[in-house]
Amino acid sequence: MRRLSWFNATSLTIGFAFLYLPMVILVIYSFNESKLVTVWAGFSTKWYGELFRNEAFLDAAWVTLRVALISSTLATVLGTAAAYVLVRGGKFFGKTLFSGMIYAPLVMPDVILGLSLLLLFIAVGLDRGMLTIILAHTTFSMCYVAVVVSSRLVSFDRSLEEAALDLGCTAWDAFRSVTLPIIAPAVISGWLLGFTLSLDDLVIASFASGPSSTTLPIKIFSAVRLGVSPEINALSSILIGFVTIGVITFSITTKRAVVRRRREENAT
Amino acid sequence: MKRAALILLPYSWLIALFLVPFLIVIKISLSDIALAIPPYTPNLDLSAGWQGIKDFVSQLDFDNFKFLTTDDLYWKAYLSSLKIASISTFAALCVAYPLAYGMARAPDEWRPTLMMLVILPFWSSFLIRVYSWKAILANEGLLNQLLIAIRVIDEPLQILNTPTAVYIGIVYTYLPFMVLPLYSALEKLDASLLEAAEDLGCTRFQAFWLVTFPLSRNGIIAGCFLVFIPVMGEFVIPALLGGSQTLMIGKVLWEEFFSNRDWPVASAVAVILLLLLVIPIVLFQRNEEKQREAEG
Repeated sequence: MRRLSWFNATSLTIGFAFLYLPMVILVIYSFNESKLVTVWAGFSTKWYGELFRNEAFLDAAWVTLRVALISSTLATVLGTAAAYVLVRGGKFFGKTLFSGMIYAPLVMPDVILGLSLLLLFIAVGLDRGMLTIILAHTTFSMCYVAVVVSSRLVSFDRSLEEAALDLGCTAWDAFRSVTLPIIAPAVISGWLLGFTLSLDDLVIASFASGPSSTTLPIKIFSAVRLGVSPEINALSSILIGFVTIGVITFSITTKRAVVRRRREENAT
Repeated sequence: MKRAALILLPYSWLIALFLVPFLIVIKISLSDIALAIPPYTPNLDLSAGWQGIKDFVSQLDFDNFKFLTTDDLYWKAYLSSLKIASISTFAALCVAYPLAYGMARAPDEWRPTLMMLVILPFWSSFLIRVYSWKAILANEGLLNQLLIAIRVIDEPLQILNTPTAVYIGIVYTYLPFMVLPLYSALEKLDASLLEAAEDLGCTRFQAFWLVTFPLSRNGIIAGCFLVFIPVMGEFVIPALLGGSQTLMIGKVLWEEFFSNRDWPVASAVAVILLLLLVIPIVLFQRNEEKQREAEG
């Protein structure tokens, strides 16, 4: 085993300290008794209690969760279809435009995407609310899904699909029983990516939402613009906790699946 | 038939919700502000037929773009965004390089964990990560408390609501985007090349500068674009950490739209921002393609 040199050990320590200290401090201060976030006044969980009595936050959280679930699911279907026709669809009219439209939202600033969608919703007379946020989030999430899934489609052995077709499968059967299981991990990561992007998005949601529907990031943003609040610290800690548990579980299960597959391959 | 449906579904979605909205932005950027709902003129009246279209086109002009050049605020905001994005991209590179290098040199069995530790912050909320610096950088915040406690300074430094806070925020939130391409370039590096360089009489620093650094060039380029492009349009970080004195174009666009309600000018600002980004985006795409060809 290679040993780490002192230089590499130091740069790893400093780098990860920089990445994690702010979040650790945030979580610690969410248990602070004092209303002043920067003065420690003893351990308390009262801000968590306050948070769960705050109807406005709970409503916003519920809207955010529904938007994220619906938009990431729609985006997964559309994005997988887009990836499939990009990689397997052969040539068709306007393919360059199509792939351009897939990649452009990934690099375009959020403010431009948000502004353009809002102007569209107003032009067609669509009332802004949960529906418009879902439409907006689906649009940018599907591009991320398409990129993740197409990179998987490019790398896998095409002869498997051809074999299924030769053996009498219809194109749809071949897709369902051969292609889909192989690209499933990419489809799932695409869904997760869309889900977290939707949970996290402030800028596009601010443009697309109406007075009737506020998402959690919008609520957090308007609260923290004025200053630091212990309630927001509590809310942030809960969100950080969820993400940490989610990512660790996901990586352990995928690692197990890889180990299992390797063992099966060795056995045969 | 099925193939056509499969193509049409995502295609028409993107045309309706990406391309058309964008054309609307261009159209409104050429319109005039008006006290009406929607607050701009002219509106396309298709019922008047060809004459309606002609009237509509004749009323479009470049006044908003001319306005952007006459008011200092806008070009100062563009320049300031450019400056902030360049400096913070360079700072992110300086912070990320040693980290990515350390990861690539770490024992094999550590690497998946280290990778996960870099990706984990990326999955947690961007807004929260920016917000976490507010309590640290404030005048009575933890950084100032620490610096006063160890007697580096007597008076608290004003960091929050200055460009420095924006730089820190950008480097912090965009660090994973810089680390990952650097790591994947450095990981592929063949260690025997370095040994050869040292055998041939290079010092370790020379070996790094003459072998490692040039070979990680693609990672550096990719990482810089991945940070620079989104930072140009950044809104959240200057809004939360920059205070009123930090000018960035994303924030100007936001305020033009939500506070001033001047939709035509906001649209013109968006069009210009996009034109500025086209060059780095095209360069980035070309770099990616070249790399793919080199590998494939």
